[in-house]
Amino acid sequence: MINPRRYPLLATIAIFVIAYAICYVQFPYMLSTRVAGNLLTDNAYLGIVAVGMTVVILSGGIDLSVGAVIAFSGVFIAVMLRDTGLHPLVVFALLLALTTAFGAAMGALIHRLGMPPFIVTLAGMFLARGAAYMLTIDSVAIDHPFFDTLQGTYWLMPGKGRLTLIGIIMLLAFVVGHVVAHRTRFGANVFALGGGQQTARLMGSRVGRTTVMIYAFSGLMAGLGGIVFALYTGSGYPLATVGTELTAIATVVIGGTLLSGGAGYVFGTLFGVLTMGLIQTYIVFDGTLSSWWTKIAIGVLLLVFIVLQKALLRLGTPRGAAAA
Amino acid sequence: MMPAGVKRVLPQLITLAVLVALVSAVFPDFLQLHYSDGRLIGPVIDVLKRGAPVALLAIGMTLVVATGGIDLSVGTVMAITGAVAAAAIVAGHGLLWALGLALAAGLCAGLFSGCLIAFLGIQPIVATLILMISGRGIAQLITEGRILTFNLPGFSFLGSGHLLGIPVPVWLWLAAATLSVVVVRRTALGLLIEAVGVNRRASALTGINARVILLAVYMISGLCAALAGIVTTADIRGADANNAGLWLELDAILATVIGGNSLLGGRFSIPAAVIGALIIQTINTGILLAGFPTEYNLVIKAALVVAILVLQSPLLAGDLKRMAARLTRQRYPAPAAKKERASS
Repeated sequence: MINPRRYPLLATIAIFVIAYAICYVQFPYMLSTRVAGNLLTDNAYLGIVAVGMTVVILSGGIDLSVGAVIAFSGVFIAVMLRDTGLHPLVVFALLLALTTAFGAAMGALIHRLGMPPFIVTLAGMFLARGAAYMLTIDSVAIDHPFFDTLQGTYWLMPGKGRLTLIGIIMLLAFVVGHVVAHRTRFGANVFALGGGQQTARLMGSRVGRTTVMIYAFSGLMAGLGGIVFALYTGSGYPLATVGTELTAIATVVIGGTLLSGGAGYVFGTLFGVLTMGLIQTYIVFDGTLSSWWTKIAIGVLLLVFIVLQKALLRLGTPRGAAAA
Repeated sequence: MMPAGVKRVLPQLITLAVLVALVSAVFPDFLQLHYSDGRLIGPVIDVLKRGAPVALLAIGMTLVVATGGIDLSVGTVMAITGAVAAAAIVAGHGLLWALGLALAAGLCAGLFSGCLIAFLGIQPIVATLILMISGRGIAQLITEGRILTFNLPGFSFLGSGHLLGIPVPVWLWLAAATLSVVVVRRTALGLLIEAVGVNRRASALTGINARVILLAVYMISGLCAALAGIVTTADIRGADANNAGLWLELDAILATVIGGNSLLGGRFSIPAAVIGALIIQTINTGILLAGFPTEYNLVIKAALVVAILVLQSPLLAGDLKRMAARLTRQRYPAPAAKKERASS
């Protein structure tokens, strides 16, 4: 007997497999390691950010600042490498410290002021985007030998597919995220918080500390996502990744995590990211759909996906569950 | 309105007054008004006019938020309705057809989100996210990716015209706000919305048809977004599917929260949310008038928003009360830890 709490995760995986099978029937080349490698590379930054977002959403919160933090990260890296003689690794460390502190500060505000995360992180989004503007309003190219090395690092899979460094970083982020959320005391506190503040308090977890750590983790992941995005595009641009926070939220939800908090799996999010990537790959393969059809298709598939998941859940739990 | 109504919006009015004073300190002419060519001109009128889209959105958003939901699609619905109106005008239909189709499009969008939420039980943020993502594609489909321009004086009047010296958009949001306040407060609708927001199951058990209420609320939000889209489209005499209403949903939510409405649902105030919209517009216009470089806009906006939220925080209000109580009886020294908390 399978634990009913696993149904959303299983539904997510099943739907991804079915979707991939449908794509394969139409375009047999879909099943090559090249496509798989590109799927991982193209969605690496999104996946990393989604790991942090999953933890935030598991706790019943939301983080709207991540897209702006990615843009800030890219600009920060580009400007630091252009204007100072610091090694990229030092710049990366500085950046991660900065974004983690930024996330922690938002967490502290959320807890101390008792304000909804939606609004605090919205202000955080303005701040991060504004800080990116203040550094530069232009697109700055990143030109550094070490950077080129990182960009050129990949593992050639059988079938000539490339598993790039940033793809590997994303997979590692998911492993770390899984361990943090499902195997640590902090993770248990996150789930407790998602079940409700009072419940968490009664369980003896320190709500304030946990809240700060949750948003600090999301900030760290957003910073890492920013580094990966900078490696992916080779530049920093303050207007980049507008709306990524919403895509990340969508992937978390497709991955089977309840937006109200308290239930979900980090690995579900991985399949959420892959499904979103698959949709875009399909549209590229099809080739006849114009750019505005992409948006409509993603919206429709998102809808189909969520409705399917609801239906599967209802099939799985004959009674109860229907109450929203 | 009753004194109780004034008391409810007092924090927002004070915030607005402080902001106006701040802007006036940096830009002394802020409160100046001229009367020429039969119309009032001045920065304040500009704030009232430019704040129209967010004020209109905030009316619908307040009702949605009162049910414990959120509507991320309103900015996109603005783009769709603008595209529909412009397409209707370009196709040679008259003013009434353009307006009717645009409003109908807004209602349909609200009905779509409402159905997902009320009947399928999808979380509001996800349900409206679907329309937020796909809707802009629909708007681009209608305008075929171009900026559809048109020339119809009757329609442009809604965006840039004047009535009794005041811009038409100001009349529109004033009328929409007054009408909605009358509807929700003179009937039981407001109470029913609050009941659904506090506890949907309990409200259903008391016989409230929560589904109909949810549908109605999202359709009102769609209608408000349609009005905002019409104003924006009429003002620039063109439909821009890519940029019309871009990120205005966030401003509308912000206005609602600055208006003291809890995102968890329950008690709500439309006037406070509309004042919240004016606060946001005063910040935007003020930053421009004060002559800061545009790169600083977002950072200043973020700082001001955080400041407003800190001042409105219920927890901080408790801290301040405790601090005041301590000041009045200084003979009893407070524990060090508590003092630190109050000062932060």
